[in-house]
Amino acid sequence: MASNASANVIRTGSGSRFIIYLLLIFFCLYYLLPLYVMVVNSLKPLSEIQAGGMMALPSEWTVSPWFSAWSTAQIGVEATGLRPYFINSIMMVVPAVAVSTVLGALNGYVLTKWRFKGDTIVFGLLLFGCFIPFQMVLIPMARMLGLMGLAGTVPGLIFVHLVYGIGFSTLYFRNYYQQFPTELVRAAMIDGAGFFTIFRRIMLPSSGPIAVVCIIWQFTNIWNDFLFGASFSDFDSQPMTVALNNLVQSSTGVKEYNVHFAGAIMAALPTLLVYIIAGRYFVRGLMAGSVKG
Amino acid sequence: MGFLDIKNATKSYGPVKVLHETDISVEEGEFLVLVGPSGCGKSTLLNMIAGLEDITSGDIAIKGRSMNGVRPAERNIAMVFQSYALYPNMNVAQNMAFGLEMHGVPKQDRDKAVSDVADLLQIQQLLDRKPGQLSGGQRQRVAMGRALVRDPDVFLFDEPLSNLDAKLRVDMRTEIKKLHQKLGTTIVYVTHDQIEALTLSTRIAVMFGGHVQQLGTPKEIYDSPANIFVAGFMGSPSMNLFPAKIGVTKGQAAAKVELADGKTASLPFPSDSPMSKHNGRDIILGIRPEAITDEDGADRNSNAIHIVNNHVEVTEPAGSDTFVVSYLGGKEVTGRFRADVDVEAGQTFPFAINMEKAVCFDPETENRID
Repeated sequence: MASNASANVIRTGSGSRFIIYLLLIFFCLYYLLPLYVMVVNSLKPLSEIQAGGMMALPSEWTVSPWFSAWSTAQIGVEATGLRPYFINSIMMVVPAVAVSTVLGALNGYVLTKWRFKGDTIVFGLLLFGCFIPFQMVLIPMARMLGLMGLAGTVPGLIFVHLVYGIGFSTLYFRNYYQQFPTELVRAAMIDGAGFFTIFRRIMLPSSGPIAVVCIIWQFTNIWNDFLFGASFSDFDSQPMTVALNNLVQSSTGVKEYNVHFAGAIMAALPTLLVYIIAGRYFVRGLMAGSVKG
Repeated sequence: MGFLDIKNATKSYGPVKVLHETDISVEEGEFLVLVGPSGCGKSTLLNMIAGLEDITSGDIAIKGRSMNGVRPAERNIAMVFQSYALYPNMNVAQNMAFGLEMHGVPKQDRDKAVSDVADLLQIQQLLDRKPGQLSGGQRQRVAMGRALVRDPDVFLFDEPLSNLDAKLRVDMRTEIKKLHQKLGTTIVYVTHDQIEALTLSTRIAVMFGGHVQQLGTPKEIYDSPANIFVAGFMGSPSMNLFPAKIGVTKGQAAAKVELADGKTASLPFPSDSPMSKHNGRDIILGIRPEAITDEDGADRNSNAIHIVNNHVEVTEPAGSDTFVVSYLGGKEVTGRFRADVDVEAGQTFPFAINMEKAVCFDPETENRID
């Protein structure tokens, strides 16, 4: 790739180069503007925002909106701040991502290396599951969660996201493992490794890039989900997104915009962090999964 | 009963039969090569021995124990794959020890076995490298090492040399042969390269279209091919095959062959030839390039050398030999001449044909006539 990249560059004059950079810088600023507004206003006292000048830097810097959003702001009826909901989200996201990734890997392994009659149909149905609109399953899912005794709990949310996540994680791993040489599996079989040993010792150690893709994808989706969070949770199991909405909606008089901004950044931070830490592998993994060679 | 017995084994995928009833018995210490063009069923047969593919009907037994339904790991076999199939996440030592580990061999014994085999193959210095850091030849050695460490009953090789460049392939071929002579192991080896088959094997099974066409020692396969397919497939350049007619005069059989200029030459068979029974029969005559040569290059021990003057079409100097192309029976025929024979295209030149080495085939059935 790297050697191709330099060969593919089209040489341009310095004039057009200047225009290209100008445009690119303009777009960068354009996309960074919302973040700038959020950060700047989360660090101002409320009075400065009310006085107008959303774009201005704070004249008096303060981090109290952050503390307020985290631990004392009014969420719905209770003044707990976002902290308990942040913890809910973490408790929901981590197991849901971990289990759906592992199950997706296992599915991909079976669908490519232990093919069985009708495996393409199974895969087709799983794929179909990726594209069922969320709204369609709300009521059946509510019924199921009720029957399982998981309604309004964090495990219930984990279950919902798990079911939805498996379709995508299976798709990723199946496509990745399709390129994985079957001879390796056969060699391991002759060496005496069983089904799970081959998975654990041979397949998983080579699955780094696609696992990262899967984790980023699942983490972002599950963390950002609002609909399931709003539909299937109780007060004590609401995820961050729902709590953020409640924070903004709870009006006990004045709208504390600086606290809202701080809360919104908090809600966005984990996905941002995951992307920054693992993003390097993201593009690489996407390529590895989709393009041969 | 042999060491490895393949009895009436077949393989079908749905209605498609890829391997027809096959019987091969391999003795302990034998080097059996399955050779044939792609799609002939040779790899399928190997995978059936390994247990990676089910047998549709029939039986495969190792040391008298039927292998039907026995998992690959419990057959006490080891396999070297075409792509080497080294585990990319493990270093060489771990790769080699993996099979032993899976069979519950204690760490100490594993280490000893790995280091012994590494000594044998001279790969000690590679033991802590990952497969990705090895060259093709080194990977090949490691793959063999991984098989050797297990000390299995039967070694299976699936086209192990086909990913190497030409020079390395020849080196590794010698290496494998040396190893076999040194260790006396039983080997089943699949290749599409007839030279590999001839040089390595103690016996060859030539396969085509899901059938074993001929099973025999390299000499039998080369000198008395069972049919036209085997004759054409084994040997390089391949055997010359052209139409001829048998004529018998006073009990002496001869092949009547049309020369390049349209005249007919008579090539007498050795006096003890069974061809005398077939007066007037149309045949396909098969003569190896080395049995069509210049007069001084002809085999002195043969008592059936016949000189025929024929038109030279093309000469192809190849360094050690010169290949001379002419026409016999309307077909192009290649002769192998000594390198410095003074022969040129367009000349009429005396060709010495060794009829002791000639084989006759039936044009209809394509089988050899005895």
